[in-house]
This record gives sequence, C-alpha cells and structure tokens, in this order.
Amino acid sequence: MLSFLLRRLLTFVPTFIGVTVVSFVFIRLLPGDPILLLAGERGVGEERYAELIKQFGFDQPIWRQYIDYLGGVLQGDLGTSFVTKKPVVTEFFALFPATVELSLCAIIVAVVLGIPAGVIAAVNRGKFFDQALMTTALVGYSMPIFWWALLLIIVFSSGLGWTPVSGRISFMYFFDNVTGFMLIDSLLSGQKGAFLSAVRHLILPTIVLATIPLAIIARQTRSAMLEVLGEDYVRTARAKGLSPLRVNGQHALRNAMIPVITVIGLSVGTLMAGAILTETIFSWPGIGKWMVDSIFRRDYQVVQGGLLMIASIIMIVNLTVDVLYGWINPKIRKG
Amino acid sequence: MTETSTNSPETTPAPPGPLREFWSYFRENRGAVVGMYIFAAFFIVALIAPLLAPYTPHEQFRDHLLQPPFWQEGGSTKFLLGTDPLGRDMLSRLLFGARFSFFIGVIVVSIASFFGVIIGVIAGFAPKWADTLIMRLMDIILSFPSLLLALVLVAILGPSLINAMIAIALVLQPHFVRLTRAAVLSERTKDYVTAGRVAGAGRLRTMFVTVLPNCLAPIIVQAALSFSSAILDAAALGFLGMGAQPPTPEWGTMLAESREFILRAWWVVTMPGLCILIAVLAINLMGDGLRDALDPKLKRS
Amino acid sequence: MSLLEIKNLTVEFRTANGPFRAVDSVDMTVEAGDLRAIVGESGSGKSVSMLAMMGLLPWTANITADKMEFDGQDLLKMSARDRRKIIGKDVSMIFQEPMSSLNPCYTVGRQIKEVLRQHTPLTRSERQARAVELMDQVGIPDPAKRLSAFPHQLSGGMSQRVMIAMALACKPKLLIADEPTTALDVTIQAQILDLLIDLQKTEGMALILITHDMGVVAETVDRVSVQYAGQRVEEQEVNALFTDPHHPYTAALLAALPERATGKHLPTIAGVVPGQFDRPKGCLFSPRCAFADDLCHSTQPGKASADLGEALCHHPLKNGQPVSEEPA
Repeated sequence: MLSFLLRRLLTFVPTFIGVTVVSFVFIRLLPGDPILLLAGERGVGEERYAELIKQFGFDQPIWRQYIDYLGGVLQGDLGTSFVTKKPVVTEFFALFPATVELSLCAIIVAVVLGIPAGVIAAVNRGKFFDQALMTTALVGYSMPIFWWALLLIIVFSSGLGWTPVSGRISFMYFFDNVTGFMLIDSLLSGQKGAFLSAVRHLILPTIVLATIPLAIIARQTRSAMLEVLGEDYVRTARAKGLSPLRVNGQHALRNAMIPVITVIGLSVGTLMAGAILTETIFSWPGIGKWMVDSIFRRDYQVVQGGLLMIASIIMIVNLTVDVLYGWINPKIRKG
Repeated sequence: MTETSTNSPETTPAPPGPLREFWSYFRENRGAVVGMYIFAAFFIVALIAPLLAPYTPHEQFRDHLLQPPFWQEGGSTKFLLGTDPLGRDMLSRLLFGARFSFFIGVIVVSIASFFGVIIGVIAGFAPKWADTLIMRLMDIILSFPSLLLALVLVAILGPSLINAMIAIALVLQPHFVRLTRAAVLSERTKDYVTAGRVAGAGRLRTMFVTVLPNCLAPIIVQAALSFSSAILDAAALGFLGMGAQPPTPEWGTMLAESREFILRAWWVVTMPGLCILIAVLAINLMGDGLRDALDPKLKRS
Repeated sequence: MSLLEIKNLTVEFRTANGPFRAVDSVDMTVEAGDLRAIVGESGSGKSVSMLAMMGLLPWTANITADKMEFDGQDLLKMSARDRRKIIGKDVSMIFQEPMSSLNPCYTVGRQIKEVLRQHTPLTRSERQARAVELMDQVGIPDPAKRLSAFPHQLSGGMSQRVMIAMALACKPKLLIADEPTTALDVTIQAQILDLLIDLQKTEGMALILITHDMGVVAETVDRVSVQYAGQRVEEQEVNALFTDPHHPYTAALLAALPERATGKHLPTIAGVVPGQFDRPKGCLFSPRCAFADDLCHSTQPGKASADLGEALCHHPLKNGQPVSEEPA
C-alpha cells in the first residue's frame, strides 16, 4: 500500500509542475503586451508601466520568471486581482465554500440516487424498469444543462413559485460567515427560516449540477453490476442460501463499486465544468461564476490563479480516489 | 467499420462479412437504430437547410416580434414555430442551426481524432521515456475541467466559432490518445504483428497499416461520443458568449440571446435547447449501439 | 424416502435464436450417503440440472419437472425464501473454478463464517472456532492465520479447499461437486478428490461428483449416470458400467480411455454433440453411433429396462453387442 501511494505521488509531482507551466504560459500566450492586457481598458501611465514590468518580473529572462512564479505558487502567492486588488488566493478561498457546498450536494444526490438505480436496473435487466431508467439516464447524460436550468426556472421558479431564481439565501437574512457553508451557517445563526431559505436556494442548482453525474453513475453502476452478476463468486454467494439483498447488495455491489468509485472521482472534473454553467445561471457566488466573470473582465491574474487552483484540486481529488480505489480493492492493498 | 476487411484474406466458405456481422449486432439495439435514423435526418437537414427553411435565418419581420408558434393564441402558420425577439423565424433559424452543430461535430471530431490517434499510436510504439512524456502531457490537459480550459483558450484566441472548435478539439483529443495507446499496447505484442515484422514490415507500416486497423473499434465509439460532447460544449460556449457570435443561428448562441425573454416567450428558449438535446441524445444512442456492436467483450456468443 | 428425487427434469434457456434445451427429461434418485457421479462431455447439461435443483440458474432458464424433492420437501412448489433455507445448509455445491468462485473483496474467513451466520444460531466466537475447525478438516495448514487471507493470496488447490470448507460448514446432507478438479494442477487433483471422498465417508453425506473424466469416476464413486446432449443415457453401478456398458455412447466413451486403448491409435467418437440447430429427429446420438439404423434416425428411443441400465437406446448393448429388446 505504501509503495502504491508513493508511486502515485511520484506521478502527481510532474503533472502538478506541468499544470503550473500551463497556467504560467497562459498569460504570456495572450496576444499583445501582457501589462496592457493585465491593466485592461483603463490603461496605465508610463511610470506605472515600468513599475508593473518590474513587479511582474517581465524584465527577467523567461526561465527566471517561471522559477519566481513557481516559488510564489509554492508559498501560496497566486498574484493579485487587477479589479479588486485582493490576492487571488484570498478571493478563491472566500468563494470556494459556495462551490464545495453546491458540488457536495450534487454529488451526494448523484451517488445516493444513482447507485441504487443502477443496481436495481441491473438486477431487473431487460425489464420495464431497467429500460425506463436507462432511457432516462441517457437523456440526462445528453442534457445541455444550461438549458435544463432555464427549463427548471420556467417551471419551478416563475411557474409554480416554489424556488428562488438566484443566489444562496434570501436578502432578509444576514449572519456571520462561520464555515462558509450556507446550510451550516444558517443553522448556526439561529434565525427563523434562514435554513429553509438556504435549502430552497440550493435545490435547483443541485438538481442541475447533479444531472450528468447522476446519469453517469447510474449507467456505470448498472454495467459494472451486470458484469459482476455473471461472476462465479456471485453464484457461490447464492449457493450459500444468502438473500438477494445480501448477494446483490454485498457480494456483487462491493466488487462493482471498484469501477464506479473511479467514475465518481472523475466526475469531480465534470462537476467543475458544470459548476461554471450552473453558477453563472443561478448567480451562485462560487468559483465557477468567479472564473467566468474574470474571463469577461479580462482579470487575467485571477484566471491564471483560478485555473491552477482548480486543476490542483481536481488532481488532489483524483489522487484521493486512487488511494480509495486501493483501499476498496484488496488486490492492490496487499499486492 | 470495415477495418477488418482490409486485412482478412478471401476465404471460402465466407463467414458473414464484418460489416454484416456488425449490422446484425447493431440492429439488435432498437435505441441505436432510432438514434441512427434521427442522426441521418439531422444530417439531411443540415445538408439541405436552405431548401427546407421558409426564410433566411437573418430576415427580420419587424411586425412579428416574439410571435408564438402557430398552435398558440396569436400564432400563425406563417411562422410555424414563432419568431424571436428580433422577429426572425424560429424554424428557419433552428434548421440552419443544425448546419452549425453538425459542422462543429465533424470538424472537432476530425481534428481531435486525427491528432489524438497519431499521437496515441506514437506513444504506444515509442520508447518508455517518450511514452511517459506524452501521457504526462495528456494528464496535464485532463487535469483541467474541459469546459473551463476551452473557455480560457477561447479567451486567449478571441471568441469565435472557429476558435471554440479548436479549443474543444484540443480538450477532447487526450481521450483519443489514451484510448489509442491502450489499444496499441494490447495489440502490438500479438503474433500477427510479430509475423508482419518478420515478413519485413517497416516501423511505419507496422504502426499504421498492421496495428492501427485493429484498434479502430474503441476509437470509432469514442468518435461518436466526442461528436455529442463537441455539440454540447460548443453550445455551452455559445451560451456563455464565447462561441459563435450573434447573429449566427447556432443553438447555444440562440439560447443566450433569448435568455432574458424566458418568462415572456417560452418557445425562444425551449426550442433551441430541445434541438440540442435531441441531436446529442440521438448520437449517444447510436454511440451506445456502436459500442455494443464493436466491443467483442460485450458481445453475446 | 430418497434424499433427492428428480423426475423428468427439463431446462430450456431463452436465447435470441429461440429456446435452447440444455437438460432433457432427466431422472435422478439419490439416497442418503450415496456416492455417485454424473459423466458427460461439456455441454451435456450435467451441471445445469444440478444448478436448476439449487435454483442457481439465470432468469433466462425455464425449468419444468414432474417431481423434484429434497429430503421430502417439494422444491418445485417451494418459495425462493424457503429454498434458501435449504441450499447452503443441507445441500451445498462447489464449483469448477475455485479461484473465481471466491469473492476477491472479502477474506476467506468472512466468507466461511457468512454461511454459519446465515444458517446456524452460533455466536461470533463459536463461528470463529467452527471456521478454524473446518479449515483444519480440509487440510489447510495454520488455519487460524489463513482465515484472514484474501482469495488472491491462495493457490488454486487452497482455494478449492476453502470452497469445500465453506460447503461443509453446516454439515450438508448432499454435496454437489461440479468438476472440482478440472481447473487444478494434476498433482493437486488427486489430493482434492481424496479429500472429498474422505469427507463423504466421515461426514456420512451424499456426494454427487460431476465430471467429464471417466478415469476419475472409476477410482472413486459407486454409481454413475452418463449424460449426452442434455439426456441421461444410462445409469449403472460403477463396476458394471465399466465391464458392460449398455448405451453405445458409454461404450464409445470407455473405448476412448487411453488406459483401455488396445490399438495403435486412440479411438475417438466421430462428430460433435448436436447444437441448438442440428438436433437429430430420432435418437440424439444416432449421427455418431456405430450401431444406428433407420429406426434410430427416425424415432426417439425410450428407456430400456433396469438391468440394461435404463439405457436410452433402441438397441442397448449387452457384452458389446446390440440386443433387439424393445425398450420397456
């Protein structure tokens, strides 16, 4: 297990360095003078220009610039936003909990609904439930989620008036930001109705963001289960006189989970891509909306920093999934 | 799909040809066949959109702004699916939109699969260090969420449909590399490859004539699935204002343009999205069928 | 009352190309403590009939029988829930591929104790003690330690021993061993067979050995039934079967044994087992039978008398020569 972990870490380092190179090169790839680009449309005076050149180290050779950049990154310095003048890292961590809250809710919904659905479909293979479920899953998988979000808004927000259209909580409530998770903070505040308001704001974005991972997990669980159900050890389990719940839910599912775990891990990337659209549509103040806004504001320091942060998080999640994979699959654990 | 016919010698009595065998498996999956028909219809619409469309996609009827579809109060058969906020005929714009989506799919998949397959084959045959280098590079690209990377690339290149397609192709291409490499690695140790080498096949011939045709099945499936992701991603970029620019009748861009009228005119929002969904769904149905028919592991005996 | 009584069992699988009959009107009677074998080529339906009895066939299988009773309980009318109280406890089964028959995710100990938890009121510590005892009984060295091993850490022979331990856990009245040695090394095969025979004697249970190996049969069991293309073609005591086979198929099988070959070349049975689409109209063995005549090609034979091994043949053999007795 330890050597397995070390080996995985060993591939993590070069990939991380590669990601820093990509985000480093990014600003330098932009056509035109980087300083003028960074300054945006307001432009800069000559004196300020020279100052900025020095500040960003553009007078240094390129490899030197990269070393400095990497040094900064390793010390947690991702530059400063041109628009807000705040460090990128500070902004990132202020908005990050909102995205995490939304993504966690979405992935929980996807896992809690997707795995049982896939198992039931596999066990009832070829029957009506299976076909209906798999058709639904394929529709979900093919869904343009930005459109799906608009449809849900038409029906549930403007049509039925059940859910709000944007934001994380009603303006009526105001309380301290303790954890950054609105669900927890609203409870901590003790204000009446605050928690309910937070939940109502969360529902539609969660549905939208969960749609594709849910479809993927259901499909993957079904096909993994189908494969496993034909295995000899499942027959052995049935030959022991175990109940279908134990055979399918324990012997088969445990083995079928091995590929599913990988898919769940990979869907973190899908979630981040989905968060970009979902947060933009629902004005959810998270990382996705921040990135899109920064791209439109041409706040390239933020784009650069955000890109690196998001890629790092995805890589860390993938690493965690690999470790989890080893834990659930004894062949790797002991081997 | 005819990959195996090129290197299987004429034998008698002839077993069912690979194409026929493929078709008999494909036909078993009803969804896949339906998907294929829809896809064919989609292709034909894209091809002859100017003949089908009652108007050009840009013609504005100033007296008919936001007119509902014909079956609704206030609609008329002059504009079967209503008009958009600028008085353009929805039906005509949707028909022309099929052209763009199809075009996007074809170009993106061609670019991504062409480079992806070549790089993948090279990685499969390269010495270990070069293989590792290529795969690390692909890992790096895959570490970014695809849509975000595409967004940033478009921000660098400037928002336009062409740049969006380049960005999406770049983002999809690592999947082809990985798949091709995996297939090549499992094929290259087989006896027929060794036999080809012994017979004097050169390196390039071994790579592209002997091995590659036998790796095509997963690549074809990936191409089908990439076709649908390309349409989805392009529409998403269009929706975010970073893809095709107005007044191009691209479905995602149409959605973005009419977003503010969502509460007043349901059809301007519903129709383009429905088109995207149906196109993507049809391709995915077909992709599932392709995978079942081409993947020998899942074939029933 | 017999321990297991099966009358006229037929199993058909629904396939894309229509029904496929894997077991065709098979009868079988097993008494308590019996030691018998079912012999046949692969695809002759020998495991399918036993799997059908255990209720382990996939949903595509269509099972019909006139009678299927175990220990006086009617397996046909029984609910799945009631059947699960019997299988794993009173009837258990071990399989051909020991390596893949154990769940790779759980330790050996857990998989053995699971049976005990399902069918016995033993406490946790009693289950542990019983598991150690079982492991010891099947000849696994250092049993307590091996309980925490994962299946991939065991060899094929060890895995099969674990499977046997698992099957014996609740002291079954009937153990079905489905080609238990086929996947193992030759040296291990004999050990596992000896173990099974030993256990059959000491535990006093009935054992059905499913195999394609006539050689194995000769050395081990008391009674043999021979299956061909889903039908039971003959059943006899082992010695009688070897000295005087009544069905031409049995005779041909025996003649093909290397130990019995007399000439320079090993005799073979020409042709192949009929498949789904080329089932002959008459006797299923007629296309490959040296003694077949027009009757054999046109009409399905019935069972011969008991002293002719109930051979499913128009012209059962006696001392190697066909007799013209019409089947009873």
